[in-house]
Amino acid sequence: MSDIIKQSLTELVENIKNKKLSSTDVTKAFIDRSEKSEELNAYITNDFTSALDKAKKFDQKPNFNLKLPGIPMAVKDLFCTKNIKTTAGSKILNNFVPTYESTVTENIWNEGAILLGKLNCDEFAMGSSNETSFFGNVQSPIDKNLVPGGSSGGSASAVAGQLTPVTIGTDTGGSIRQPASFTGIVGLKPTYGSCSRYGIVAFASSLDQAGPMAQNVKDCALLHEVISSYDPKDSTSIDFKRGHYSKELTNNIKGKKIGIPKEYRVDGMPKEIEDLWQRGTQYIKDCGAETIDISLPNTSYALPTYYIVAPAEASSNLARYDGVKYGFRAKGENLIDMYEKTRSEGFGAEVQRRIMIGTYVLSSGYYDAYYLKAQKVRKLIKNDFDEAYKKVDAILTPSTPSSAFKMGEKTNDPVSMYLNDIFTVPVNLAGLPGISIPAGHDSKGYPLGLQIIGKAFDEQNILNIAYAMEEKINFKNKITDWWIK
Amino acid sequence: MSIDLKTIKHISKLARISVDEQSAEKLAGDLNSIFDFIEKLNKLKTDNVEPLTSIAETTLKLRSDEVKSKNIREQIIKNSPQDNEDYFVVPKVIE
Repeated sequence: MSDIIKQSLTELVENIKNKKLSSTDVTKAFIDRSEKSEELNAYITNDFTSALDKAKKFDQKPNFNLKLPGIPMAVKDLFCTKNIKTTAGSKILNNFVPTYESTVTENIWNEGAILLGKLNCDEFAMGSSNETSFFGNVQSPIDKNLVPGGSSGGSASAVAGQLTPVTIGTDTGGSIRQPASFTGIVGLKPTYGSCSRYGIVAFASSLDQAGPMAQNVKDCALLHEVISSYDPKDSTSIDFKRGHYSKELTNNIKGKKIGIPKEYRVDGMPKEIEDLWQRGTQYIKDCGAETIDISLPNTSYALPTYYIVAPAEASSNLARYDGVKYGFRAKGENLIDMYEKTRSEGFGAEVQRRIMIGTYVLSSGYYDAYYLKAQKVRKLIKNDFDEAYKKVDAILTPSTPSSAFKMGEKTNDPVSMYLNDIFTVPVNLAGLPGISIPAGHDSKGYPLGLQIIGKAFDEQNILNIAYAMEEKINFKNKITDWWIK
Repeated sequence: MSIDLKTIKHISKLARISVDEQSAEKLAGDLNSIFDFIEKLNKLKTDNVEPLTSIAETTLKLRSDEVKSKNIREQIIKNSPQDNEDYFVVPKVIE
């Protein structure tokens, strides 16, 4: 059984299709591994009993035409799952049971996959280390007391630790790519409008996107193909022709032009990140593609812009948590007092901080100075990319300015925590697709990632580049199973 | 720029989050360091820039207004912290 968990999604699908493995075998193996991995704290809710029932049912009446036939999968607890508790990592949704299913998870189950459980994340996806979850820190499978990154920290930990073959996360400013980079896995943030936001607990609606996280690029392409769909239930879902990303995957990227943006060479960037980036450009050349120096002049304004836009949207989205229709309620002397105490006791410190920032920048007298200003700078940042894409097909950058850090290292300084997302945030602001692939290790043996940013709707292209580079890099994740007793 | 305790109290009122003295001071410190960082934007001239209000440049589609989820009243009410048959219950609002 032990070798089942080591197989890639693509291998598992193949082995189930040619009957070498049953869905029950596979589901049992991942449940067994998950049960031994409590110390990672990757799950908030497990659905193992029902997963096993579903696997048995699948085996009795298998449908091998599906893309994920009988494949067990845990998902981030930000996706609403019908009749299964969905918390968004928050006390305020501690007992919330959705009456509907998110479109993205619906697409996954429709292709034959089976829910294993709901994965831990930063509260309302606000965090870069999974330390803001009401349900506690997630441990990284890389090392004890190391953060897995965030906000999709449980998702990253579960894939890297082989608790689930693949998973989905959400990415508002880097929440898929940064944890993928920290744990040595692949994570794709699709173009805004590619995956439906229906049924995903909202953080910042103009930035949020769901995306796949996997052990390798091919698995990532397959899962992306399943989750990306046009959805009338999301008014920002875009009706464009979606590719067969896994079938059309090729490592032939000869003649592609890849931009290297000089502004990503930030002050104080560790030498090992610089070296990694250098090696990345060499891999690109080895694949027969060309690298071109480009400029994205407004890069340094992206993070301050994000910290106006995202909290502003969050303060508005999170206004719905009032202790009336669902979720946690605190006792109050009157209605207003009840609201205020519910939100004070129900939200954690980081969420309160961001609601406060958002409320302030949207408040009377400050709107023009902050929110309108940020929307204008956001336009400039998007223009930078538009201009660059006249010359190049994609852009290569590091995924993060450092490798994973220890728990508690950055919790007292919000700005230093926010700086983690310096390379990922511009991609969300411009609505573009970006993929992080594992590309090496630092001196401590922790994984480092490279990010490939594409043109809007050009996921196939960045997947191909990632696929070609993956072959050259030949990354091996150092998982010691330290948490298994 | 500096956000004082009075401003913190005002924002917390608007945000409907009760804040005690101790957390107000902590929040003021945090928000000031975050806004110091945000102030960097003022270095950029943006007078003639159109604000980006929507990343997806599509027109909103219309759909027919049909009820799709039926008979879920009980489940919805069940999620409420306090209910009375078919109603959500809140603290008394009329004296």
